[in-house]
Amino acid sequence: MSTNSATLWLRPFIARPIALAGLGVLLATVLAAAFAPWLAPYDPYAIDPLIRLTPPNVTHWFGTDQFGRDTLSRTIQSARMALLIGSGVVVFALATGVPAGVLSALFPRLGHLLMRMVDVLMAFPTLLLALGLIVILGPSVANVILAIGLGYMTTTTRIVYGLTLRLRAETYVEASRSMGAGTVWLISRHILPNLVSPLLVQASFVFAFAQLGAASLDFLGLGAPPEIPSWGNMLAESRTFITRAPWLLIFPGMMIVATAFSLNLVGDALRDRLDPRFRQVFGEKG
Amino acid sequence: MTLLAASVIIFAFIHIVPGDPIYVLLGDTATPDQIDALRHQLGLDQPIILQYLNWAGHVLEGDLGRSIFFQAPVLSVIADGAETSTLLATMTMIWVAVIGVPIGMIAAVRHGTWLDQGLSGAAMLMASIPTFWVGLYLILIFAAWLGWFPSSGYPSIFEGGVVNLRYLVLPSLALAAPNAALILRLTRASMLDVSREDYVRTARAKGIRPWQVVRRHIWRNALLAVVSAFGFTFAALLSEAVVTETVFALPGIGRLVVQSILRRDYPVIQGVILVIVVVYLLVNLMVDLSYRLLDPRVELQ
Repeated sequence: MSTNSATLWLRPFIARPIALAGLGVLLATVLAAAFAPWLAPYDPYAIDPLIRLTPPNVTHWFGTDQFGRDTLSRTIQSARMALLIGSGVVVFALATGVPAGVLSALFPRLGHLLMRMVDVLMAFPTLLLALGLIVILGPSVANVILAIGLGYMTTTTRIVYGLTLRLRAETYVEASRSMGAGTVWLISRHILPNLVSPLLVQASFVFAFAQLGAASLDFLGLGAPPEIPSWGNMLAESRTFITRAPWLLIFPGMMIVATAFSLNLVGDALRDRLDPRFRQVFGEKG
Repeated sequence: MTLLAASVIIFAFIHIVPGDPIYVLLGDTATPDQIDALRHQLGLDQPIILQYLNWAGHVLEGDLGRSIFFQAPVLSVIADGAETSTLLATMTMIWVAVIGVPIGMIAAVRHGTWLDQGLSGAAMLMASIPTFWVGLYLILIFAAWLGWFPSSGYPSIFEGGVVNLRYLVLPSLALAAPNAALILRLTRASMLDVSREDYVRTARAKGIRPWQVVRRHIWRNALLAVVSAFGFTFAALLSEAVVTETVFALPGIGRLVVQSILRRDYPVIQGVILVIVVVYLLVNLMVDLSYRLLDPRVELQ
């Protein structure tokens, strides 16, 4: 990308300071995840029964949990799981939803079949679908990604389908086709490039909802294995200590809220700079 | 049609699950004879297609099978949880309607002001908070510290009277928070859409009082989108209730699903998911039908 298009992408953020702040929070989360071992003051797995359930203090800024593990270090370490699950869900939803949506719009017969299947899958509430899949597949990080991703594959397919139908009716696409352009040419030259911006919007919303979904699964004990620190797991483990050690739930919870909120802000800012004809394809649900 | 396909998926889902309920029931000490006998008794030794047809046939007669864990008909197990879940859903939808819709209208009318930006921002923040986290802090503040509401459980109103509804205040608020935020944003967005229409400008130009324009021209037309949003909010609510009921230890359908998953109680999982999907489809049907009531121009097919 040239610098010109880079400034074009940054424009909605410069005009809206709060969205810029959201972008900053996300950047900080990525950095925290990347440099977790250097940033964390203690080993996130180190157990010390002597200092269990200490409130926040000078040596342990966020306090310690029921095993005497440092909450700050675990909160930083958990950023990795959050980004892994979030990006995994986004990649899965796009990698399946984009081809399904584009092909459905270009080949009506296939589209009829696929969109009916999407309808059926959408009759299951997202979290319920994820729960069911986790039961079949067993709880692991990859399965959490798959289980949550399936729910967003359907919404992505629908959005891509709607957008491609609109694009296909554009005069320049019709012109290109009448000059003998093949399907592959149409998809790669006219459809995919136009889908990039709306998909970026969709990606940020899916990323946000994946955070919340994964946290819910963790909380129910059906998410990522409990030995891996994640914000949801931290909340699930310290739930019983809420009256004795309320600080244990504040920090991981705030991180979930901060990332989800930032992603929503970024998604919103990007949506507002979208082509108005595309905007209405996005419901408030994202 | 959707329901038929969904029922096949529900049935197939549960049968690919690893973990045999027979072993869960009998434990490790069972002899092969006992296992075969029970398998036969539960019909688990028949071909899978036959099992499905059997199940589907019974479902149509209102018989969802017997719970392996409770040793009782699934329908009655679900019915036990239905009271809690129905009341929870109703209370939540009331919160969503009384909080989300009016505030969304205020934000739309004050479009572009700091009030609008503040309310819209707050709504987005609410939509980004996990419901169980809100629930845990509601318990901490209003149950543990202030003692205003009970922290968990729900005794039936048929036994303890309407005062037992206080058990559902905190859970319904926790569940309402993100959904009210969603409705708020949608109410605002659809009112803004309508207010750009020509007839709104005409009404204003005719000198009709501003609040009359909002009430009669904008609100009436924005209502359609808001009503359909209630449909998918209800769907989101069904699955979020799974988490909320677990946090507040409510004896509802959501917690039943989670517990049945852990107990590998296939018939109950199937039954509950089927009931939830049916309710969801019915709600959507009602939403479609209500369009006709709200807007006589809509033709029903």
